[in-house]
Amino acid sequence: MAEHSTDKRKKSVQDVLRMFSLHIKVDDLIPATDEEKAYIVTMRPSTTFFKDGVRRLVKNKVAFISFIVIVFITLSAIVIPFFWPYSYDAMLGNMPGQPMDASYNNLLPFTYSVTEQARIDNGEFVFPHVFGTDSAGRDYFIRVVYGTRISLAVGFFASIIVLIIGMTLGAISGYCGGKVDMVIMRIVDIIYSLPDMLMVILLASVLKMRLSPVIDGTALASIGSNIISLFIVFGLLYWVSMARLIRGQILSLREQEYVLAARAAGARGGWIIRKHLLPNCMSVIFISVALQIPSAIFTESYLSFIGLGVNAPMPSLGSLAADALNGINSYPYRMVIPAIVISLIVLGLNLFGDGLRDAFDPKLNK
Amino acid sequence: MSMLEVKDLHTSFFTDAGEVKAVNGISFSLEEGKVLGIVGESGSGKSVTAYSILQILAGSGRIVSGSIKFRDQELVNSGEKVMKNIRGNKISIIFQDPMTSLNPTYTIGHQLMEAIMLHTDRDRNQARERALEMLKLVNVNEPEKRLKQYPHEFSGGMRQRVMIAMALACEPDILIADEPTTALDVTIQAQILELMKSLQEELGMAIIMITHDLGVVAQMCDEVIVMYAGSICEQGTADEIFYNPGHEYTKGLLRSIPNQDDDGSKLQPITGTPIDLLNMPKGCPFAPRCDAAMKICLRERCPKIEINEGHSASCWMNVKAAADAGEPVFDDGEVTEEKKGEA
Amino acid sequence: MSGNKNENSRPLVEVKHLKQYFDINVGLFKSKPLKAVDDVSFEIKKGETLGLVGESGCGKTTVGRTILHLYKPTAGEIWYDGKQIGSKESLRDFRKKATMVFQDPYSSLNPRMTVEDIIAEPLDVHKAYSSKNERRERVLELMEYVGLNSEHASRYAHEFSGGQRQRIGIARSLALKPGFVVCDEPVSALDVSIQAQVINMFDELQDKLGLTYLFIAHDLLVVRHISDRIAVMYLGHIVEIADAKEIYDHPLHPYSKSLISAVPVPDPKTARSNKRIVISGDIPSPLNAPSGCPFRTRCPYASEKCAECMPELKDMGSGHLVACHHSAEIN
Repeated sequence: MAEHSTDKRKKSVQDVLRMFSLHIKVDDLIPATDEEKAYIVTMRPSTTFFKDGVRRLVKNKVAFISFIVIVFITLSAIVIPFFWPYSYDAMLGNMPGQPMDASYNNLLPFTYSVTEQARIDNGEFVFPHVFGTDSAGRDYFIRVVYGTRISLAVGFFASIIVLIIGMTLGAISGYCGGKVDMVIMRIVDIIYSLPDMLMVILLASVLKMRLSPVIDGTALASIGSNIISLFIVFGLLYWVSMARLIRGQILSLREQEYVLAARAAGARGGWIIRKHLLPNCMSVIFISVALQIPSAIFTESYLSFIGLGVNAPMPSLGSLAADALNGINSYPYRMVIPAIVISLIVLGLNLFGDGLRDAFDPKLNK
Repeated sequence: MSMLEVKDLHTSFFTDAGEVKAVNGISFSLEEGKVLGIVGESGSGKSVTAYSILQILAGSGRIVSGSIKFRDQELVNSGEKVMKNIRGNKISIIFQDPMTSLNPTYTIGHQLMEAIMLHTDRDRNQARERALEMLKLVNVNEPEKRLKQYPHEFSGGMRQRVMIAMALACEPDILIADEPTTALDVTIQAQILELMKSLQEELGMAIIMITHDLGVVAQMCDEVIVMYAGSICEQGTADEIFYNPGHEYTKGLLRSIPNQDDDGSKLQPITGTPIDLLNMPKGCPFAPRCDAAMKICLRERCPKIEINEGHSASCWMNVKAAADAGEPVFDDGEVTEEKKGEA
Repeated sequence: MSGNKNENSRPLVEVKHLKQYFDINVGLFKSKPLKAVDDVSFEIKKGETLGLVGESGCGKTTVGRTILHLYKPTAGEIWYDGKQIGSKESLRDFRKKATMVFQDPYSSLNPRMTVEDIIAEPLDVHKAYSSKNERRERVLELMEYVGLNSEHASRYAHEFSGGQRQRIGIARSLALKPGFVVCDEPVSALDVSIQAQVINMFDELQDKLGLTYLFIAHDLLVVRHISDRIAVMYLGHIVEIADAKEIYDHPLHPYSKSLISAVPVPDPKTARSNKRIVISGDIPSPLNAPSGCPFRTRCPYASEKCAECMPELKDMGSGHLVACHHSAEIN
């Protein structure tokens, strides 16, 4: 029977070879060496989770463009004041020791005051007022730039404060569980139920009275007690959503086997939170911060609009918009420009945050 | 005439890392009332084959080329209308994890009746009768009570029975079972396999059993296909595959599992790791891990070589065996001329 | 049979009347105890491999984790090398001598850590080295034990296949030179062709490093291959313990009989001729364990006595222990 089957095999081998026009040489049937086999198999180039995510992010055109826009605005806000000839608080028509020159006020973009015009006629180059001047004769462009600076700084620092407090409390709450978790979460619930705008205004007013004498004369005075109180309010109230988010992540990560493995090796809570849990929350944290910044900027603009923001003469985008309300019929652009800048920043960060989430959220992975 | 004929099927997934050739040119057929086992490890393409037949591939997957004929009707590119009539009706499928295949917000009864009413023109009452019938068929106790219950109230084995009931409600010609017992305990697995076998005999339907467990294959299957990295290594009857394997991969698998005559001596594993489907080498996909690999194995894929009636393998070792038996397979110029003369 | 049976009289690991109950909320203020492990006792000699098998809800994984004090035992004692484990110092020391290999190669390694950091973590936690070089040397040594290429030390876990990741997990467990390793379903999640590689590696490491294993698995053929003795669990109780071959060829407990006959054998002729004992019904939930013998609801030999009291483990000859009231009559 064995022979019969080998006979069959012989016949079909030749048939098959002929059918596929395959020509076998004697050499072909020599065993392959290990080197030859290893050569065939190459390991894919190393990518970390991060590189993978960045690649996906770059492919997302909307997110990429938003990122470029944000970077551009931020760099401008930082760099421009260094070489711009006008300062934000210089009321150009109101130089000490000289008579008031009202022709500086309310200039339209790219127009000049009487004095400046005279200098141009003389042959001097006078740097144009790209956005004109405001009702007090201050160059509007540089005020917008400073306003952007303040808004971005407030947004950024407020988010950092929220991040630190929220991350710490959320991590402890999620990891410890039990009573600790319950206490922290009840505090979160209470804070959530407070009307935040009301609280902000209340706290801002109260703190203003307390803080003003304290910070007078220090560097902080230039930002104003209002902004300090804004930071304090953020620190007290706005950490809650970050805490909940981190807690949720930690709760699910806590059951991962690598955490169990670390415990089996003898690691304690702090080690596990630092080395295992928080690093794996990183993508969630980045996304959350990216989406938190526009929210902080918006709150600051809102506050400035109602007069509880930065102290004059320091501008912020919100206060510029508020000031522009008065002359809205004659000079509508003074309202529109800061509004557009706020919108660009908020929209850009939101789109970028969305793009980050799509790129880094492992659950959405194909 | 086979009930199901697959010819040269190619299915790929188009990811943003490149084209993943999940199924790379396979052909097989299924006869009426037979149990066909598709064996392979992860990445072998066995599940993708099944999903291709029913055209339920996830997002980026597509049948690139090839033909799938059910009772002489071409299914590839046939359109949704044709496929809707096939799915659940002529060809049904049950999955590995019944928990995710059943909708947790609807009762079992609702889901069973939905499947029945979709494919047959029974009204609500008739569908309920049929649902009860099916539950009795799969040995679910207290069927009236069970109809009103939700999936989470069932144990794993029960859920799988309900899945089988749903799949068989419309009396399909083919039941595809994708690793149906992998997630179940051993004793429950035994119950389910026995149920499937008895149903198959009673209803005369064909089963395609997809699994990685050679024990299940030995118990259930008449014919077996062994897959690796998207290609068929070997196909034949269960006896042939187990007792007369013709492909080095099959041989390696059989050597590496502890069997009942285990005497504690070292297992003989297959060295190396499974292949990266994005980076397929030319030549036989198993060659880099094969102890018996020859130079030609790294260069060219071996065509299907018939070893016995209905048993074929795509392995160059069979050519070597023929050559060792003294038979002229080489291309030396003269020899081929002679062969031409003889033939 | 793998591993050398040491002639030491005292066992290395002793588990005495271990109980692990979890409180589950069943109502607004009510909670019920889930008796995952209910009075389990056994011993493991140095160099031996004890296999622990059972189906879902039997408590085998909980036993493994409780022995390592990943859960605090509800009751019972764990003894290692003649000392009881319970106090803080004994626990800290114990953690170096007893480690665990986990089931899922995908979730048991931190995706944000390099291979080197993962393997060195136990060393870092216990500050078991005096210089960075020493740490690196040890990691490379461990990688060699498990057959990993030392070039891969700075890669990330997700770049490896399941089998390689499991090797990383094993290397990690060997970092502090343990004497006892609990292997919790270490090959269940791997492809068949890779399982054999990893099983062989477990055998080699046991011989080379003189390890003692508690091998928890549900694949009976694998457990039989690697274990010296096997314990069968059902709903938190051990129902039978015996030598591996003995339990496979001559199971005495009704549950063991059905379990072993239910295993699909990769041999068509045997598979067709085997008379399978198929037990009907599902495994009860550990929340509602039946009184007395937990298997009585599905046992064809159950009697009134079985509902009244839980049978003790009786020696039926040459160390073959069975917990059944009727084992003498059945066999």
